[in-house]
Amino acid sequence: MNDEFDDVVLEARNVVKTYGGTRALKGVNFEIRRGTVTTLFGENGAGKSTLMKILSGVEQPTSGEIILDGEPVVFHSTNDARERGISIIHQELSLAPNLSVRDNIFMGREITGPFGIDFAEEARQTRELLADLLPGVEPDTHVNDLRVGQQQIIEIARALSVNSRILIMDEPTSALAAAEVEILFGIIHDLTARGVAIVYISHHLEEALEVTDHAVVLRDGSMTAKDERSNIDLEWIVRNMVGDNFDLGSPPTGYEFGDTILSIRDLRVLDPENSERSIVNGLSLDVKAGEIVCLYGLMGAGRTELLEAVAGRDRIDGGEILLDGTALGDDTIAERIALGIGLVPEDRQRDGLVQTFDVGTNLTLASLGDSLRNGVLSRRTEKKIAQDLIRTVTVKTPGPELPIGSLSGGNQQKVVIGKVIATDPRVMLLDEPSRGIDIGAKGEVFRLLAERAREGLAVVYSTSEVGECLSIAHRIIVLRRGQISAEFGPDATKEMIMAASGEAVAA
Amino acid sequence: MTTTTTAILENKKKFSLARVLIEGRAFLALILIIVVFSLMSPNYLTFDNILIMSSHVAIYAILGLGMLLVVLNGGIDLSVGSTLGFSAVIAGFLMQGVPINIFGVILYPSIPVVVVISCAVGAAVGLVNGILVSKFKVAPFVATLGMLYVVRGLALLMTNGLTINDLSGDEALGNTGFNWLGFNRVLNIPIGVIIMILIAIVLGFILGRTRFGRWLYASGGNERAAELSGVPVRGVKIWVYVISGICAAIAGLILASTLTSASPTAGNTYELTAIAAVVIGGASLMGGRGNVRGTLLGAFVIGFLSDGLVIVGVSAYWQMVFIGAVIVVAVLLNSLQYGRRRRPATATPPVKASQSTPEPAGKN
Repeated sequence: MNDEFDDVVLEARNVVKTYGGTRALKGVNFEIRRGTVTTLFGENGAGKSTLMKILSGVEQPTSGEIILDGEPVVFHSTNDARERGISIIHQELSLAPNLSVRDNIFMGREITGPFGIDFAEEARQTRELLADLLPGVEPDTHVNDLRVGQQQIIEIARALSVNSRILIMDEPTSALAAAEVEILFGIIHDLTARGVAIVYISHHLEEALEVTDHAVVLRDGSMTAKDERSNIDLEWIVRNMVGDNFDLGSPPTGYEFGDTILSIRDLRVLDPENSERSIVNGLSLDVKAGEIVCLYGLMGAGRTELLEAVAGRDRIDGGEILLDGTALGDDTIAERIALGIGLVPEDRQRDGLVQTFDVGTNLTLASLGDSLRNGVLSRRTEKKIAQDLIRTVTVKTPGPELPIGSLSGGNQQKVVIGKVIATDPRVMLLDEPSRGIDIGAKGEVFRLLAERAREGLAVVYSTSEVGECLSIAHRIIVLRRGQISAEFGPDATKEMIMAASGEAVAA
Repeated sequence: MTTTTTAILENKKKFSLARVLIEGRAFLALILIIVVFSLMSPNYLTFDNILIMSSHVAIYAILGLGMLLVVLNGGIDLSVGSTLGFSAVIAGFLMQGVPINIFGVILYPSIPVVVVISCAVGAAVGLVNGILVSKFKVAPFVATLGMLYVVRGLALLMTNGLTINDLSGDEALGNTGFNWLGFNRVLNIPIGVIIMILIAIVLGFILGRTRFGRWLYASGGNERAAELSGVPVRGVKIWVYVISGICAAIAGLILASTLTSASPTAGNTYELTAIAAVVIGGASLMGGRGNVRGTLLGAFVIGFLSDGLVIVGVSAYWQMVFIGAVIVVAVLLNSLQYGRRRRPATATPPVKASQSTPEPAGKN
């Protein structure tokens, strides 16, 4: 490790980034070395993405320096950064699916000759690039016709085609099948052998440990730890990510569960992407009043589809869903809400909130009937209901008339939860309720759910963070390929849960 | 977080000239138009002229108010001009008498019946639009463009392309009184204007004070979220097209009565004027934003501007240039007002969203 400083290609020194009054990065120091994989660990909202945006030129730091090859640099745009050899591959693919592989790789920097674009030359270079990365795919294949994993590799090829020396990968495996992850890791090894520095971000801790050489952990905008692969393990990462003594609560006790409210019998839901396949495949589950059930599983295990089928959004392909022993059949979402089923969807922005509404109108949207006086919406009643809800779910806002976009992620999530609570649900389904919210809000959300369960609410929440299973849940259900692969009590260990989900346990 | 939200509240309280200019732009534009034209022509700002101009405005405004609902839903209705013409022709056709061959009699429906049937036809056109858009997921632009042609074609077919000139009815047949719509006045105010005001009040009430109105704003703002909150988004969608169709039919009746003739080509390109009124009134074509007051102002801006240009003797060609420019400026100002805010379905990270960025490292 004597010459480690010679290897540093990119360095962030005391980088601070503030948005409005919020400090997203509080003086982060960070190095990237040639030919190695540096993994950034951190919870949602820890500042990983902000840091990567600064390194790749999407955003400029409020203060602090970026040092490239020993010289301070300022990136004004992503093009600026790309020209100096830094490319970022975003979580959401940025390919044009209607164009060919060749067109995508050369998008924005087409090779032109006297007769317009020199397609032959582009195809030749594409073929050369793909020879290593993705043999068998022709340059004129449409990106549409490729699998997501292959598309991911096309993105990487595009980054490499501009001679990137530093490649930032933001959650590159989130949409990949296990076999594709292996291929990606093979490519990462090839790239580092060629001297490319890679910054890797992933929520799959075990997976990330497999490829990483250096680990850096961020928490709340500060770097809490960094070390070499040989010195770290899963425990070390988790401890540094969440802090030593963070507690998400424990299952509420001291009361008896009521009768079974929700019964799922042999449920089948077709995969919306591929109607040949059942994404929920013959699943049965009973939930009692007052019980908190956690659904754990990898992406694609069927959690979202299961919850949305119960809420009435997805059509079911077989089996039945019973509420108090009565089959729900073709009841619409509105009818199910009236019967007492409420869903807090996974994607808050897309499915949870109306961005053109303020906090109050978002809160009352699902229970407008309560604000009616003689068939007319009463502003006063509505405002009072909204204020009560703000108090119940502890939204931090000066009043219901604030635009919803002015709240933090955690408070927005509380608004969505409040909206569902306002419908007086008996079964509350929450799809990844902790996604993208800070750890304090996470604790508050869980505390709120525990309180409601004590009053008889049946709670089913899904998560992809194993630590969240071992919090308030009385029962942990592990899903794997649309079926229940294991069921645990609150005394399960992380290793047991992960093993049942099909995740490899590295530590 | 607390700091950002209080900052917003303070910002709200702060009196800002730019904000007033932007938010009151349609109103200011109307004042400007009235001032400029009264300076240029002494006949412009007279009571009679205002009433005449207002009855022109009423046609655009009634179409525009129906259009507003569709636009709030995130759609567009290109068929309203044709529906206007069709409704006029239906009324004219009914007043000529409907021969019932089996009984060998000719039925002359009374005026209320004529009005109801014409409106029902407008509603039916809207229903087809609504079903196409909501059930069969046809893009609103395409579905209503198709209906624009179909309905216009039907109107031309019914009269063989000719205009029905006799709408006065016959005392003996009990179907007189159609002219009342276009000519009569109550308290000196033309009936058309009164109907416009009534429709504005009713729709304003529906939008602001009923569940349906809230549902409409919600499904226009974020249809997926609205659906998951139990809003019957399909039903809302069908209804807005039906209401738009009824508004177009009413406008058609008023126009036919004013002109004392029912032309199958009446209302050609009026759909564009209606859209312009909605846009000038500050509604967002993405849905979810807009109100009755704005659309009314938008219709007045267009009507007072084009009539003013006629009064001061500007050529018809220049009129088009002016009105076009006003529309473009209105849209530019709309994007100033709404553009910086984030739209729901876009995947832009919240960091660049607004001045009050809530969630710095927001990663999903």
